[in-house]
Amino acid sequence: MSKDGAFGFLTTRLAELVNWGRKNSLWPLPYGTSCCGIELMSALCSDYDISRFGAEVVRFSPRQSDLLIVAGIINTKMAPVLKTIYDQMSDPKFVMSVGACASSGGIFNVYSVLQGIDTVIPVDVYVPGCPPSAEGILHALLRLQVMVSRGDTHSQKRIIGSRKSHTLIDQIRV
Amino acid sequence: MDIRKQVLTNYGDWFTRFGDIWKTQLLQLGQRFVTEIELIRTPPVDATDVPIIFVKKNALLSILLFLKEEPGFCYDFLSDITATDEENEPRFEVVYNLFSTTKFNRIRIKTRVKDGEDVQSAVDIWPAANWAEREIFDMFGIKFLGHPDLRRILMDERFQGHPLRKDYPLRGYQIFTEPEPVNAELLDSGARK
Repeated sequence: MSKDGAFGFLTTRLAELVNWGRKNSLWPLPYGTSCCGIELMSALCSDYDISRFGAEVVRFSPRQSDLLIVAGIINTKMAPVLKTIYDQMSDPKFVMSVGACASSGGIFNVYSVLQGIDTVIPVDVYVPGCPPSAEGILHALLRLQVMVSRGDTHSQKRIIGSRKSHTLIDQIRV
Repeated sequence: MDIRKQVLTNYGDWFTRFGDIWKTQLLQLGQRFVTEIELIRTPPVDATDVPIIFVKKNALLSILLFLKEEPGFCYDFLSDITATDEENEPRFEVVYNLFSTTKFNRIRIKTRVKDGEDVQSAVDIWPAANWAEREIFDMFGIKFLGHPDLRRILMDERFQGHPLRKDYPLRGYQIFTEPEPVNAELLDSGARK
């Protein structure tokens, strides 16, 4: 509705509308295990204020969240835990790997550390740095929003690939 | 300035503070366990370390019990048990770091273990030895006889090998994506009391 009270029109595809809503209301699950987790807290708090991008509703239950932010080192003993948490999240789900340790194992090239969480779960956005700054996390969130609106994330592609026909309902689900 | 001169640290006066206690204790130990003690290594005067007593493996428990209960010693607190993998045979050294909460001084007991040999568990002397011995078993594969619950404590229970042994590859990754199987005996409703 415009200022003079006249109705305007906005035409769009339903799937794009759904993705627009989805990208602006990401609910993160903070999986902070070390110093990257501190930077993540900084990004969540009022100095950097991740709520400007609609992602401030931090949920500690995988059932209620759709963005898994892995911030910190993941030991090999944590790998099954991480996999379980990822499996418990409902589709579509997105994964952000924050910092060198989560992305590649970082400096810890030993038997006890997972060499990147992408050996266990698919990752959509990587944030380089040791630890990355809070701006880096916000930048990754903006990149992820672009990917979500285009349907480029692993989870969205997987859902499309698992269906044979492209019905309208499928597009909405994605 | 002579850079070879030793810098006194906060712990530099240990031997002056505890030197007399250590001297009498080591003398008493040497008289009591003549054959069981292999070697006593005392720290230099500006020491940052404590005396190290190498004991024979089969006399380990009696010496530890003596150190705990003898009035002149009173090492009632087990700081840590750890182990090292040496290059020469006997392969392992098991290290007991003891502390006396009444005399405030420390001492270190070492025993040498060959590959595949067992050590007597110290759980009956200090209950704190339980988890430390489990960690040594996990990391080095040294078994402790008489331990009530000798399982892995750090690594996944499906893990093969013992990672702190020198012959374990540094990058010997073993990644499990499935959760650890539930051990019914460890649940509250299990058979374990």
